[in-house]
Amino acid sequence: MTVNALELANKLIARFGELFSQPAEFRGEVTLVCNQPERIQEVCEFAKKELGFDYLVDISSVDNYGEDPRFTIVYELYGYGHRCHLRLKTSVGEENCELPTVTTVWRTADWHEREIYDMMGVRFRGHPDLRRILMWEGYPYFPLRKDFPLAGKPSELPDVAFSKPAPLEGGPFVTVAGGKDTIAREPRVRVPETQSLETNSRLERRADIRRAHEPDTPSSHTS
Amino acid sequence: MRTVEDIQFKEPALRVAEAMPVKRPDASLNHDLPDIEGEKMVLNMGPSHPSTHGVLRIVLELDGEIITKAVPDVGYLHRGDEKIAENMTYTQFIPYTDRLDYLAPLANNVAYALAVEKLMGIDKQLPPRCQFIRVICCELARISAHLLGLGAFAMDVGAMTVFLHTFTEREKIYNLIEALTGARFTTTYTRIGGLSRDLPQGWVEQCRKFLDQVGVNFDESEKLLTRNRIFVDRTQGVGVLPKEVAIDYGVTGPNLRGSGFEYDLRKAHPYLVYDQLEFDIPVGSVGDCYDRYLVRMEEMRQSVRILHQCLDKLPGGPINIPDNKTILPEKKMVLTKMEELIHHFILVTQGVNAPPGEIYFGAENPKGELGFYMNSRGGGTPHRLKIRAPSFVNLSVLPRLLPGAMMSDVVAILGSIDFVMGESDR
Repeated sequence: MTVNALELANKLIARFGELFSQPAEFRGEVTLVCNQPERIQEVCEFAKKELGFDYLVDISSVDNYGEDPRFTIVYELYGYGHRCHLRLKTSVGEENCELPTVTTVWRTADWHEREIYDMMGVRFRGHPDLRRILMWEGYPYFPLRKDFPLAGKPSELPDVAFSKPAPLEGGPFVTVAGGKDTIAREPRVRVPETQSLETNSRLERRADIRRAHEPDTPSSHTS
Repeated sequence: MRTVEDIQFKEPALRVAEAMPVKRPDASLNHDLPDIEGEKMVLNMGPSHPSTHGVLRIVLELDGEIITKAVPDVGYLHRGDEKIAENMTYTQFIPYTDRLDYLAPLANNVAYALAVEKLMGIDKQLPPRCQFIRVICCELARISAHLLGLGAFAMDVGAMTVFLHTFTEREKIYNLIEALTGARFTTTYTRIGGLSRDLPQGWVEQCRKFLDQVGVNFDESEKLLTRNRIFVDRTQGVGVLPKEVAIDYGVTGPNLRGSGFEYDLRKAHPYLVYDQLEFDIPVGSVGDCYDRYLVRMEEMRQSVRILHQCLDKLPGGPINIPDNKTILPEKKMVLTKMEELIHHFILVTQGVNAPPGEIYFGAENPKGELGFYMNSRGGGTPHRLKIRAPSFVNLSVLPRLLPGAMMSDVVAILGSIDFVMGESDR
C-alpha cells in the first residue's frame, strides 16, 4: 500500500528513460530534473493519471543569472492518495524561454504560470489567458529577474496618476487642498459664492477668518 | 410567523443531492425567456469594495442578476516580498512574514522559521518547549483569524452582531499576543532555531482563563448564525465547490475541508508536536458557503482543545537550539567571551549558514497551506524564496465558482472563502 516518493520517481524514469537524471534526495524530498522542457506536459500528464499526483502544490521559478540555461521552473507535485511529494525541475534558456503549459493537467497551474510569466518573463505555450497578474498590464519589466534592481526602475504608469480635480472637489463637505492649517482647510468655514457677504455678518466673520489663513499664492490643483 | 423549530434541517446526503446539479446560467436563461437575449452588463467590483476585505477587484459579466463570467484581478497589494527576501538574510525576512497573512502573523512566523530550519536540517533538534510554544502560537493565530473571517462573513451577509462578538474575543487574543511578543500585529516572534523570548510570567494562567470563557462566545456566535433563517438561506447551496474541483484548483485549508475532503497538514504530515496532540478534522458535506462556515466554527473549538493540551503538557527547559552558530548567543556571553562575540558578529552581519539545496515546506495556516520554496546556494541569504500563498490559490477558483450565482451571492462566496490580500499579492 505505502509507496514512497523514490519509487514513484523511479516509475517516471522507467517510463521516460533518458529524459530524467537520477533522482536527488535532500531533506527527505525527491527531485527529478527533466532534460527536455518541451515534454514537461506529457510528463505531468503521466504523473497525474498514472502515479496519482492529483495536487499541484506550486510552480516556482528560479533565475540562474549568468548561467545557461537561465531559468529553472520547479513543479511541486503531491498525491492525496499516497501522500508523497515529488519535485520536478526543468530549465529553459533566455533566448527562447517558452515551455508548454500544464493548465490542461491541473487547473491550479493557471495562476502560477501567469505569475511566473509576470515575474520572470517565461512564457507558457497553450496557456488560456497568459496575462500579467501581480503587476499591471503594460508594465515593461520582469521584476524577479536577477538583473532587475531591488529599488526598481522608473516606468510610466498608464492611467494611474490623474491630473483632473477629484469628482467632489469644491463640494460643500470637501476639505480644501493646500490650506495652511486645519482652519483654512475646514470646509464649514468656506462660504458659498452665491451668498452675499455684506448682508450676513456671521458669514463675513468667517470669511475674515478664512482670508487670514489663506495661503499667499493660491494653489492650483494639478497633482 | 415561523419559529426556529419550523426551519427544516435537511440531512447532509439530501443536501448533496440537491446541490449537485449546479445551476448554470445558460440553462436557466434559455428555459423561461428564449427571445429576450438582452445585452450583458459588465460590472466592476472593487478594488475597494467592503466585501473584498482588502483590495481584490472582480470584473463581473452579468445577465440580469446572474453572473455569467468573473475575472478576478489581484496584485493591488503587491510589494515584492520575494524580491526583498533575496536581498536580506533569513532572519531579516521574519518581519516581512508578519505582513503576509496579517490576520495570523504568528502562524506565518512559525511556518517560515520551520521552512528555514528544514533547509538547515535542524528542525528535529528544536527543544520541546519551543515546539509547544510554537503550536500555541499557531492555534491562537488560527482562532484569531477564523474569528475575524467569521465576523466579516456574517457582516457581509447582514448579521452585524456576530462581528462585535468575535471582535471582543480577538481583542483578548491580541492582549495575550502583546504580552507574549511585545506587539499586537507585527509579532516577529520566531527566530531561526528558536523563539525571540520565553512565555512571560503568568501567561499560561491568562491563556487558560481566556480558553475557559472563549467557548461561551463561540456558542453565542453559533446561536446567532447556525439556525438563523436569513443566514441559512443566503449560504446553503450557494457557491458549491465540489471536491474534485477543489483539488483540481489546488484549494486548501478550511475551503477544501468544507468540500468534504479530509486533509490537514497537521495530521497528514505532522510538524512540531501535532502528532502528540489529540484533535479532530471537521469536514463539510456539500462544499457550499454554509459548510465552509461550519468547518471554521468547529476548527476554532478544536484549536481550543489543542491549546488546553499544550498548556497542560508544556515542558520546561530551553526554548532555543543550543547552537550559537544558528541562534544569537546570550548578551552576557557576547560581552565577556571571544567566541560568542564572533558568533554574534557573523550571525548579525552574514546570517545563518544554510547549506546549498532546495526545500519546500508547507504548514497548515488558517487560510490553507502556506508553503515556502527555498533555493539556497549556501550562505545567509536565499537565492530564491517562493511563497505559496493559500489565499492566492484559493482565489483562483473564483472564475469557476462565481458563474451561475446571483450578484448578491458574490459577497457570501467571498466571505466564505476568507482570503487575505496581503498574502495573495505578497
